[in-house]
Amino acid sequence: MSTALEALINRPYEYGFVTDIESDAIPKGLSEDVIRLISKKKNEPDWLLEFRLSAYRHWLTMTEPVWANVSHAKIDYQDIIYYSAPKPKKKLASMDEVDPELLRTFEKLGVPMHERKMLANVAVDVIFDSVSVTTTYKEKLAEVGIIFCSFSEAVQHHPELVKQYLGSVVPSADNFFAALNSAVFTDGSFCYIPKNTKCPMDLSTYFRINNAESGQFERTLIIAEEGSHVSYLEGCTAPRFDTNQLHAAVVELVVLDNAEIKYSTVQNWYAGDENGVGGIYNFVTKRGLCKGVNSKISWTQVETGSAITWKYPSCVLLGDNSIGEFYSVALTNHHQQADTGTKMIHIGKNTRSRIVSKGISAGQSNNSYRGLVKVSAKADGARNYSQCDSMLIGSACGAHTFPYIEVMNSTAKVEHEASTSRIGEDQMFYFASRGIGGEEAVSMIINGFCKEVFNHLPMEFAVEATKLLGLKLEGSVG
Amino acid sequence: MISSNSKVILEVRNLSASVAGIEILKGINLTVRSGEVHAIMGPNGSGKSTFSKVLAGHPGYTVTGGEVLFEGQNLLELPPEERARNGVFLAFQYPIEIPGVSNSAFLRLTYNTQQAHRGGEELDPLEFHDFIQEKCKIVEMDPRFLDRSVNEGFSGGEKKRNEILQMAVLDPRLAILDETDSGLDIDALRIVASGVNKLMTPDNAVIMVTHYQRLLNYITPDFVHVMRRGRIIKTGGKELALELETRGYDWVDDEYQRAADAHGRATAKGSASAAGAGRAGAASA
Repeated sequence: MSTALEALINRPYEYGFVTDIESDAIPKGLSEDVIRLISKKKNEPDWLLEFRLSAYRHWLTMTEPVWANVSHAKIDYQDIIYYSAPKPKKKLASMDEVDPELLRTFEKLGVPMHERKMLANVAVDVIFDSVSVTTTYKEKLAEVGIIFCSFSEAVQHHPELVKQYLGSVVPSADNFFAALNSAVFTDGSFCYIPKNTKCPMDLSTYFRINNAESGQFERTLIIAEEGSHVSYLEGCTAPRFDTNQLHAAVVELVVLDNAEIKYSTVQNWYAGDENGVGGIYNFVTKRGLCKGVNSKISWTQVETGSAITWKYPSCVLLGDNSIGEFYSVALTNHHQQADTGTKMIHIGKNTRSRIVSKGISAGQSNNSYRGLVKVSAKADGARNYSQCDSMLIGSACGAHTFPYIEVMNSTAKVEHEASTSRIGEDQMFYFASRGIGGEEAVSMIINGFCKEVFNHLPMEFAVEATKLLGLKLEGSVG
Repeated sequence: MISSNSKVILEVRNLSASVAGIEILKGINLTVRSGEVHAIMGPNGSGKSTFSKVLAGHPGYTVTGGEVLFEGQNLLELPPEERARNGVFLAFQYPIEIPGVSNSAFLRLTYNTQQAHRGGEELDPLEFHDFIQEKCKIVEMDPRFLDRSVNEGFSGGEKKRNEILQMAVLDPRLAILDETDSGLDIDALRIVASGVNKLMTPDNAVIMVTHYQRLLNYITPDFVHVMRRGRIIKTGGKELALELETRGYDWVDDEYQRAADAHGRATAKGSASAAGAGRAGAASA
């Protein structure tokens, strides 16, 4: 592999610093007592404690899934801190009272917490380790009836909504990691868009793991009422540690008649060093329910970080004519392992889904697409189109595609296309022979490869994603 | 008229090169002056394509001896992108597909990179649009090809035309056409050749690597070189190509072997006189 290529894909992780901040953490380990303690710290109603405990009891009977195309040392679930929060100096009344150390941290990360400093018209919920630190633009959103707050706040102020929808898309016993999350989740974002409301700005959650020994178990719940529309963004980083941290989140989306949620992620958790030491284990369950007719969910993800990614943002297409989309770029380098894809479950009539997955593998990494398209017996006229493209950089990495197709209705149309390409010496030489150097060549090739996905990201995110891949946009927007 | 007073663009002296430890080029000598067209012919495996790639700087080949001067500058010490910016152009035998990258964006980037290097004016997308429309006419290319990904899904002929379009955009001092005629039907061959002819000026030069004489019906060479086992074993005028067409390559080889056995160093003189005859032939053409 050319040196330019190597230098480009081996850029150091920029966000690996640790914030020195006093935190309120509970001792390591998991038990019913720990769960009771978390629930108490968060002043939760009894029904929520019961939800947690029943999830925990179920989790105890489950075993870690082994079907993913990844390998890692056994996780000791008793060696994890399940609650860690930056210690507030006092009760926060406004942003000006946020610990300056925290403010500096997020400024360094490029996340503006001061509304007046915000460049883009984006409301941000900031999660630091286990808790939400702040949510911006809350009042402005409240004027149109939109609720955007931390999950803990939602539990306190909108318990009826939380109770109605929590676990309605991802049941607490859905899978090993979802059950664990349901037992110990600490915070996350909550968002409710009322009827016929188009959210006037993008909503965004920014996740940061700071504590070396804590896990992050956040819970996100977004409800789009009839005829509403929201675009939601999610970003994440973590410091550089030699140990692995566990991130097991659950995201649930509920979309009613004629409503739409667009959910975009740029995932940049610490990936471990070039020898595969350290990094986040990212075991996430994301699922959306297109409950109403003509509803739509669109997932767009750019996965660049984490030592291991295990993630399948899915759509349950229950409402007639509902639409599910999944656009994904997953980049792995060094010893990273990603097993990611989607599930499209067609239940309603004339439901449509579209999957565009772009995997880029470099170094000694392993990148797998795993996707299920399921058409149930009643889903007359269902249609799916899937496209899975893999790109290899160098010769020591792997790309795999595992498509599962289950069709129970003869009127369904399911298409699957796949391709594999390689950025090799010959391609680089072709650019060079036209005067274009290595860095620009790779940038152009990768941008071209990912264009279809980047086109679905909100503008600011597309720029960030492009930068993240170490690229310049110029030239690809021809 | 070409005279030996024309500026030397390329000077190759005793060049040898290997790939994966196997020596392919075993002492190539070649002088190319401005305004000249050189054809390099020879059977498969003679080292023709290797020679073109080594000139352009393909990293897969190792130069093991000799030197190459391009306009007086040591070409071998430059990375391939610098060679290109300085005016060396290679039209590929098998142009690479680049999915997702539009032809126009690619062409504009190459053009602007070149311009930045030469201190010329760079063009924005609108200006470039006008510029490239004109260039497309040179190879009778449908401008719709500009919106497609570079070479993706192009036919063999379209790929080769696209190479010449790139040549038109980059305006090189030295264009090396590696089997540009292979895989072309007669119409495409005519279009590609006419494109190259339009791009020829007294200030630039072309090296054509080819198996067959038919390309030379359209682009008249000043010199025809026969390559065998990594060496140029005979040089002549355009009529040599016709002779090769009817007689094949073996007689050249036999002649070379006999001369080498009998006279050793005298072989070089024989080639030189053949080159002189070739020049006279080109001048009268």
